Amino acid sequence: MNEILVIDNVTKRFGGLIANSNISFAVERGKIIGLIGPNGAGKTTLFNCISCYYSADGGKILYEGKDITRETPDGICRMGIGQTFQIVRIFREMTVLENIMIGAFLRNPGRKKAEEKASEVAALFGFSEKLDLKASSLTISEQKRLEVARAMATGPKVLLLDEMMAGLNIHEIREAIDLVLKLRESGITLILVEHVMEGVMPIADKVVVLDDGEKIAEGTPDEVVYNDRVIQAYFGDKYHAKRRKNTA
Amino acid sequence: MEGVLAQTLASGLLIGFVYALVAVGLTMIFGVMDIVNFAHGEYLMISMYFSYWFFILFGMDPLYSLPAITLIMFGIGIITYYIAIRPIINAPMLSQIFVTFGLLIFLRGVAQFLWKVDYRMIPETLASGNINLAGIYIGRPQLVAAVGAILCYGVILWFLKNTKTGMALEAVAEDKEAARLMGINSNRMFALSWGIGIATVGIAGVLLSTFFYVFPEVGGAFCLIAFVVVALGGFGSVVGAFLAGIIVGLVEVVSGYLIDPSFKFMFVLALYLAVVFIRPQGLMGK
Repeated sequence: MNEILVIDNVTKRFGGLIANSNISFAVERGKIIGLIGPNGAGKTTLFNCISCYYSADGGKILYEGKDITRETPDGICRMGIGQTFQIVRIFREMTVLENIMIGAFLRNPGRKKAEEKASEVAALFGFSEKLDLKASSLTISEQKRLEVARAMATGPKVLLLDEMMAGLNIHEIREAIDLVLKLRESGITLILVEHVMEGVMPIADKVVVLDDGEKIAEGTPDEVVYNDRVIQAYFGDKYHAKRRKNTA
Repeated sequence: MEGVLAQTLASGLLIGFVYALVAVGLTMIFGVMDIVNFAHGEYLMISMYFSYWFFILFGMDPLYSLPAITLIMFGIGIITYYIAIRPIINAPMLSQIFVTFGLLIFLRGVAQFLWKVDYRMIPETLASGNINLAGIYIGRPQLVAAVGAILCYGVILWFLKNTKTGMALEAVAEDKEAARLMGINSNRMFALSWGIGIATVGIAGVLLSTFFYVFPEVGGAFCLIAFVVVALGGFGSVVGAFLAGIIVGLVEVVSGYLIDPSFKFMFVLALYLAVVFIRPQGLMGK
């Protein structure tokens, strides 16, 4: 089975507003999937359905063949789906090492083993020199990296990253990209929700584009950027018409 | 004069450790789930009655019945959580106050109904007697209680800093949502914080019962002091509660000694007001 995660006809309503309407796509093992779309497209809602913060009103989400639609975030974490928040939420009063240890404890119950695992993960994320610093003293981009490290310490097979690159400068985005590629090399499947197209397009194996609650395109980054509906969604009708005239 | 002051300081210090132990459970429950347990003193009362009845009915000394009562109180804490607290986790703060305050009235009423309002005392325990420490007379029950409180406090602190479950509790205390992403079931941690919180106040109750009267309202005074201790130490801070317990114990006896024993609680509460005005987050608060 090569599909680790299947989103099958997921619909989510908030009262009369349909935030996600019959969205389906599959996530292949070991790939990087970008979930993009303009503001208000329903990316975060879909992300929250996958991460089990919301339970979908219709459709199913399957992880390794199991239906996780009604699971809880801590439940899917134990099953092997790690995730980060859109806005950084590290344990501010704890040290860097303790933050990562909290994650590592999930699959390494003893303190000593958890500490070993945490140090290992810390090294991978460049925190070896900062283990004993209080987490709140890190810079924002370091805090974001710590959040990913903490999620990685739980030993996930799939990692959901929500707007990991938002608010980072160009240099930091490049670092984040390197990090994501490194994670894929280690066999992790990644789903990136990004508003920043530049961050996702160069690295994604597949991109799913949402607009107005619906999936409007799915394919490789190259296929998707030339898709008419995507251009229309991102740049509006006017630009779309102009471009059509020019290419015609 | 000096001897009397030293004597006073010693007894303040000893009772301070017990105050700290009463407050640790209160601050822990608050820290983990942001709920103030107004009935905390009533659990102290319940465990003191357990200790009394174990002695009267089975002839068990409080120091022997301590482990069993600790376990019973742990269970009572968990049961309280599932019956009374879990339904109101996301309720408005006022509802939460009514539930734990209602619990206070209820438990006190049950105690009055079952055991009347009489003051009871365990006549003689293994801890009875005095010892002479370099000219200072110290009651052995108080010394045993203080040592017990320090040991218990040490175990809790070690547990929180060094075990998977302890660190999970701390993680939930800091950010429930982030803790869920680490695979931590926050509901189970809430229940555990009630179990541990009520077990520790239970230990304090058993230790207190070796030198203090047992009666249905006994929790009131201790709970009030525990609130001062928690506010002084910083809401949710276990280390703060320990330091603040000692400070409150000392303030109580020293003001009683220098001014008048009947005014001692006035100074404790004045200290509370001072904390609220000067440093609302408490000594170790965030």
